[in-house]
Amino acid sequence: MAAPSITVSETPLVLYTLRRADDALILGHRLSEWCGHAPMLEEDMALANMALDLLGQARELYSHAAKVEGRDNDEDKLAYLRDVRQYRNLLLVEQPNGDFARTMVRQFFYAAFADLYWRAMMKSKDATLAAIAAKSEKESAYHLRHSCEWLVRLGDGTEESHGRAQEAIEHLWAYTGEMFEVDDTERGLIDAGIAVDPAGLKAQWLKIVGGVIAEATLELPSNDWMQQGGRIGRHSEHLGHLLSELQSLQRSFPGATW
Amino acid sequence: MATPNTTLWEVFIRSRNGLAHRHCGSLHAADATMALQAARDIYTRRGEGLSIWVVPSNAITASDPSEKGMMFEPAESKIYRHPTFYDVPEEVGHM
Repeated sequence: MAAPSITVSETPLVLYTLRRADDALILGHRLSEWCGHAPMLEEDMALANMALDLLGQARELYSHAAKVEGRDNDEDKLAYLRDVRQYRNLLLVEQPNGDFARTMVRQFFYAAFADLYWRAMMKSKDATLAAIAAKSEKESAYHLRHSCEWLVRLGDGTEESHGRAQEAIEHLWAYTGEMFEVDDTERGLIDAGIAVDPAGLKAQWLKIVGGVIAEATLELPSNDWMQQGGRIGRHSEHLGHLLSELQSLQRSFPGATW
Repeated sequence: MATPNTTLWEVFIRSRNGLAHRHCGSLHAADATMALQAARDIYTRRGEGLSIWVVPSNAITASDPSEKGMMFEPAESKIYRHPTFYDVPEEVGHM
């Protein structure tokens, strides 16, 4: 019999931590889909490494969320036994891999944010989040460097790679606004010094992203209409498919271990 | 699979301060920066390294295997070059 979904008491700190955990898990899962399929062996390893960094971040964040919630849930239940509408990740990270350019641009947009975000979160008054931030910051810094180098080479490479990179930027741009959203739950945590106000990171993010995109001879889109919904569980059609693969084993064989 | 025009690089890793960089393998990358990143991702995943060198494979001048006799055999008969013909006094301890 299939395992039913759990319920989660989403107090502000639980919800806040889950959102970051879901970002890391879903992006990590997306990157892991490249395993065995990357354009070259070296990049196959690089993508899998980044996937594992993100999976490690997700595990720590889920454990923290479960502890803060203080009920029967744990990291596995939070990852495997929540339905798509209970997932709180950014729409950006659930977008399909597409071609290599799209994967790299998605990584670049996210890593440029995550690097700033985790660095700021090292000062969080929640000691566990601050410790997770200190570890994640080094990982994100490398993800940013890796995706920057690729973006410059794709943009300033051949006509084909330039076109694909520009297309990826246009396609994913509308998913970047969500990273800087703040709702009432988060506002309280920001005021308490537990969370970071992402609005304060936006100018720096734009500077980094704009600089690399210019160096890559690519262009930032001029439209500023942004998608939203991921943070409250309103997802694109892609997340359900991703979760059905990610969760199928635990749903079919509840509690299976190896 | 590597595309034909992707450069081959040799990777050298230094595992601890004070030790020399040691050759640990090779990889394909378009340029030096990417080679360094790939070396980090492939050869330091288990905490092997503190420092990485990458060198284009074609920058290495290698001895010719067919000249093995001329190059290396003359040394084989000169065992007196090994420091094994005198006793180390015990007070010296471990060398």
